[in-house]
Amino acid sequence: MKEAEIRRLFAANLLCFFSVILTAVLPGFVWDTFTVLGTHLTWLCICSVCVSTLNIILHVVLKPNLTPKRSSFAHKISRFLKCCIYFFMSCILFHAIIVLYGAPLIESVTETFLFAVLLSTFTTLQCLCILGPNVQAWIRVFSKNGATSIWESSLRITTMCSILGAWFGAFPIPLDWDRPWQVWPISCSLGATFGYMAGLIIAPLWIHWNRKQLTYKSR
Amino acid sequence: MQRWPVLLFLAWVCFLFFAGIGLFMSGFLLTRIELASSSSCSDPLVPPPWERQSLPPGSCWAPQRFSKAVLVIIDALRFEFARFNPAKASPLPYENKLSFLHHLATSQPRHARLYRFRADPPTATMQRIKGLTTGSLPTSIDVGSNFATYAIQEDNLLAQLVQNGRRVVFMGDDTWEGLFPKKFFRSYFFPSFNVKDLHTVDDGILQHLYPTVDSGEWDVLIAHFLGVDHCGHKHGPDHPEMAKKLTQMNEMLRSLVDHLGNDTLLLVAGDHGMTETGDHGGDSEKEVNAALFVYSKTPLFGTGPPEEPEAVPQVNLVPTVALLLGVPIPYSNIGEVMAELFSGDGDAVSAALQQLSVYHINAKQVDRFLHSYSLVAQDLPAEQLQRLQELFSGAVEEHTQLLAQVQGAALVPPELESRLGSLISRFQQYLREARAVCTQSWARFHPLRMVGGCILIAASCLLCYMASELATASDSFYRSCLLYPLLWGLLVAGLLGLAHVFTQEGLDLLLVSSWAAAASQLGFFWHWWGQHPKRAPLVMLLVGKLHWDGRLTVPEGPKQQLLGFSSYRREIWYLLCLVAMLLVCVRLSGFFHQCREEIPQCRPSLFLSPLASLRNARAKNLFYLLCVALLAGLVYAVRSWLRHYGNLNSSDPLVLFVRWGFPLVVLCIACYWAVASSADDSLGKLQELVQVAVVAFPWAVYGLASMGLLLLLCNPMTVFAKDTRESAGSIVTPYLGVPSSEVDFLHVIPQIYKRMQESQKSRLERGSCKATVAAYGLGSVYSAALIIALTLLGFLLMLLHSERLSLAFLLLFLEAFVLLHIHTRARGLAGDAEPFSVPWYAVISWLLAASQFFYSTGHQPIFPAIHWNAAFVGFHLDHSTNLLPAVLVGANTFASHILFAVGCPLLLLWPFVCEMPSSQKRKPKKEPREELQEVEEHMMEMRLRESPEKFSTALLQLGLKYLFVLGTQLLACVCAAMILRRHLMVWKVFAPKFLFESLGFVVSSICLLLGISLVMRVDCAVSTWFSHLQLR
Repeated sequence: MKEAEIRRLFAANLLCFFSVILTAVLPGFVWDTFTVLGTHLTWLCICSVCVSTLNIILHVVLKPNLTPKRSSFAHKISRFLKCCIYFFMSCILFHAIIVLYGAPLIESVTETFLFAVLLSTFTTLQCLCILGPNVQAWIRVFSKNGATSIWESSLRITTMCSILGAWFGAFPIPLDWDRPWQVWPISCSLGATFGYMAGLIIAPLWIHWNRKQLTYKSR
Repeated sequence: MQRWPVLLFLAWVCFLFFAGIGLFMSGFLLTRIELASSSSCSDPLVPPPWERQSLPPGSCWAPQRFSKAVLVIIDALRFEFARFNPAKASPLPYENKLSFLHHLATSQPRHARLYRFRADPPTATMQRIKGLTTGSLPTSIDVGSNFATYAIQEDNLLAQLVQNGRRVVFMGDDTWEGLFPKKFFRSYFFPSFNVKDLHTVDDGILQHLYPTVDSGEWDVLIAHFLGVDHCGHKHGPDHPEMAKKLTQMNEMLRSLVDHLGNDTLLLVAGDHGMTETGDHGGDSEKEVNAALFVYSKTPLFGTGPPEEPEAVPQVNLVPTVALLLGVPIPYSNIGEVMAELFSGDGDAVSAALQQLSVYHINAKQVDRFLHSYSLVAQDLPAEQLQRLQELFSGAVEEHTQLLAQVQGAALVPPELESRLGSLISRFQQYLREARAVCTQSWARFHPLRMVGGCILIAASCLLCYMASELATASDSFYRSCLLYPLLWGLLVAGLLGLAHVFTQEGLDLLLVSSWAAAASQLGFFWHWWGQHPKRAPLVMLLVGKLHWDGRLTVPEGPKQQLLGFSSYRREIWYLLCLVAMLLVCVRLSGFFHQCREEIPQCRPSLFLSPLASLRNARAKNLFYLLCVALLAGLVYAVRSWLRHYGNLNSSDPLVLFVRWGFPLVVLCIACYWAVASSADDSLGKLQELVQVAVVAFPWAVYGLASMGLLLLLCNPMTVFAKDTRESAGSIVTPYLGVPSSEVDFLHVIPQIYKRMQESQKSRLERGSCKATVAAYGLGSVYSAALIIALTLLGFLLMLLHSERLSLAFLLLFLEAFVLLHIHTRARGLAGDAEPFSVPWYAVISWLLAASQFFYSTGHQPIFPAIHWNAAFVGFHLDHSTNLLPAVLVGANTFASHILFAVGCPLLLLWPFVCEMPSSQKRKPKKEPREELQEVEEHMMEMRLRESPEKFSTALLQLGLKYLFVLGTQLLACVCAAMILRRHLMVWKVFAPKFLFESLGFVVSSICLLLGISLVMRVDCAVSTWFSHLQLR
């Protein structure tokens, strides 16, 4: 049972992984001018949209979390609207945090906001898919020993990895190498993406190796 | 409590670091050997005999062309200032102002010419004067000795002139007085150091210039004007004041030329340029690009001027002037003659012959210098010297051949001309390559000393770390870890001293102290090893410890019960808000950054310039009001903090000072800012009053602040004791200092109840009425003293900065406050069992904040960014000593280091101050006698007094951790400087960074010691207070 679930998780994560790679490669065949570095904003949009769509589809197909008891149509709609609001708020919040971390306040607002959207896609959207708009559950999952399923462990790892990747991505910006990828926010968004991809791979492996120790409490 | 061992331990560790820094510095900072020899007329490198016969009297190596010369040095005359572009429609304030030079150059093209004058870095005035007179390259790092200008020992132009009987008259910058003591026939010196004073030097020169020129009692006249440079420092180049100053210089030149005779050479030179902000010292294009203008009333040049002015290295002026005036070239000159000045008015061949002869003399002199230099020093690479030697001998050989042919008249003009030309270019090539070789390799390191210093610093860091882990208050610890190592060190120092006595060698204090430091370190490690022989290897210990530190799970202490979920959540939110505030502080502090010259698109923060430079009166007033309001707010915040903890009740002098002295200090600072920021010329008759006020107000602040600090040292107790042992019935309301707020009255009622209960109980027990002593503010007595000291220091440092940087200081205090609170909350959350040890993350974040505010108070680790103005806060004229301005500028530069290091003990104290009582009762009071058994008593900092051993150990640990983190930063800088010592940017980036970092380390460690000793002083006072109380 557990092995099977880890395999399912691994498959889902691999799918996400390749979808990120495809967003960097596929549009190049359609538009001649497309490159990840050159038309970065376009890539940011495409990547965010693709990853979020894929995540939502996977969520609908795999149903990793138990369905809530009340499942009336109105309830679903309200949940969906709540999710949208949460996502938007998280974008704004990420934007503010990025600015506090040193992004320009007035110039290149679009870039910063799209980067915030990408980060939200990698972090908040996953949380919304798996945990729903339930802040209590989020706090539980992200506090010590709070994960109750492999999906939640995986969520924790990928989220951490994306945020750490974004942070490390900011390191080369002040260096005087004069590379095209040192422009804001390219190195950060690439760092976040690489961190996310690394998290996707690491999570199932880590869970696989630590499956003996991981005894999840039932709810 | 062991006070002296702790201080001694910390001082010893500081000494270890200082020895390491000193050793490294002695190996890293470059020195060029100065040759003592000097040229003279009878030197064997004389020109060939046929020319020698024609030497007129008074000429030495070459025929004298001018009997007199006037050298006008306009400090910081950038090339753009001197250039005149008539096509420019709307010139900037510094453009097109020296129109007279343009007039001369266009109306008399063979008499006058403008050059680009390339100064060699460092572009500080003293180094430039050295370069302009010795013709050599002053080494990069003695910029720091700008304060104390020492006499030039090397052979120089002035020495040559004096030696050959010329009368040199000087007027202007008094830097020359120190450089050339007793060299001048007559001199008029004016103080140079006050960069805010635009007119004293220039007006003084103008007063003496024309009478001196007319009197004729001179052969060489040097006038060094400082107004342009000072104007740049004060207002920047792009300011109407600069236009006025340059126009004044233009008028000066115009009337000077009228006074000159036909036999006089006029040179107008800038010693360096200036950046867009008016600073100089580095090697950016705008700083090294000065102007040189040459003029005489007899024709100088054979041809008209080139389209674009030629660029001339600054050292080239030395041989040129020497030969034009007929004196020998200074011995260590490496400049090249400016040949076109020697062309005379004959035909092309005779001009070329003349040029050839001066080149020949010049080359011989440079060759002689290189030869004797390579005998005393090995720093010029041998193969390059070999190559230069070949170039030189080839050129000389051809020269003698050519001269023989010329004398035999074997050559006809066209061929002669081409051969002359090629020979001249060979000489030129030789001279230029020699100069390049010298520039490149006057960088001599002592790798051994550098490695030694590096190892000393690294070992000291390790020692700090281990000692901070081991520290206990036991005697055996101090014996084995302090006393024995100290004895080892003293022993080695004594032995070395004895050896020096016997060998009669000069005692190198630095080497002795570093050997002693190394020995005492060895002693420490040896005793540590002997004490713990069964310990795991060192590496294992370190790794294990680090791993332990990294873990978040610390078992909860027995007293600290787990917080409930709701309070846990509230704490989390509180912590998050604090972190957000910290982020906001960090982000806002970025607005105060100074620029480095490597980032051309960077604009320096507008908060850095003083208010006086603002031209918009309304903005000026607004900013002024904002700054004063911030100051008042700071005082209010400190006072209300003290009041909240009940430290503002007693009638001790210190408390009275906090109540009345603080507002007075703020008033004085506000008045000083008002006077200093007012426009210079708007006050008219009040000018003299203003002059007095500008000095008086800072002195009032200095006096008040030092009085406050003295009071703090004499009696640091801010405790108000209310003895109720006689009148036991009175009701104590010790929650807040002033029983006026509503909260107090809410507390009074339970207290009345409690009092009644107590009296009932005591009546039942038939004991006497309980005697209590309510001590207001005893719980925060340590931190109150520290906070008062910090505020006073903050006032002093704000006074030294420009007005608007007080915003940055406010941010600094705010961020420190937030950091302390985060530290306290995080501890509360983690349920830390060890209240007496400060965790690493707190120390590291405290130090990171210190470095952050170094930048955010408008500093950068580069020399041009030093705020020299700070030396003149409260001093109107020049300083008599160099110590005081150095202290003022140092305090300005390392303001954040000072504040954070003095405030470091707060990291230990704050969690106690913010201690939350588990019960609802909150009484910062303590009954020393009978009520100690009351366990739930709110003790705050008195917990520290309860276990004095732990307290002293905690202080020692905190100090060691602080020094460890500081030392690691230093080690990184030292390693960068050592590894990258041949890097292109080493003198621009790494060496200044290393210097600033090591100075910052010294300042921080001394201030750390001061802060810790202040805490100990308070502890002494508390002890005597308690003993008095017991006696009563």
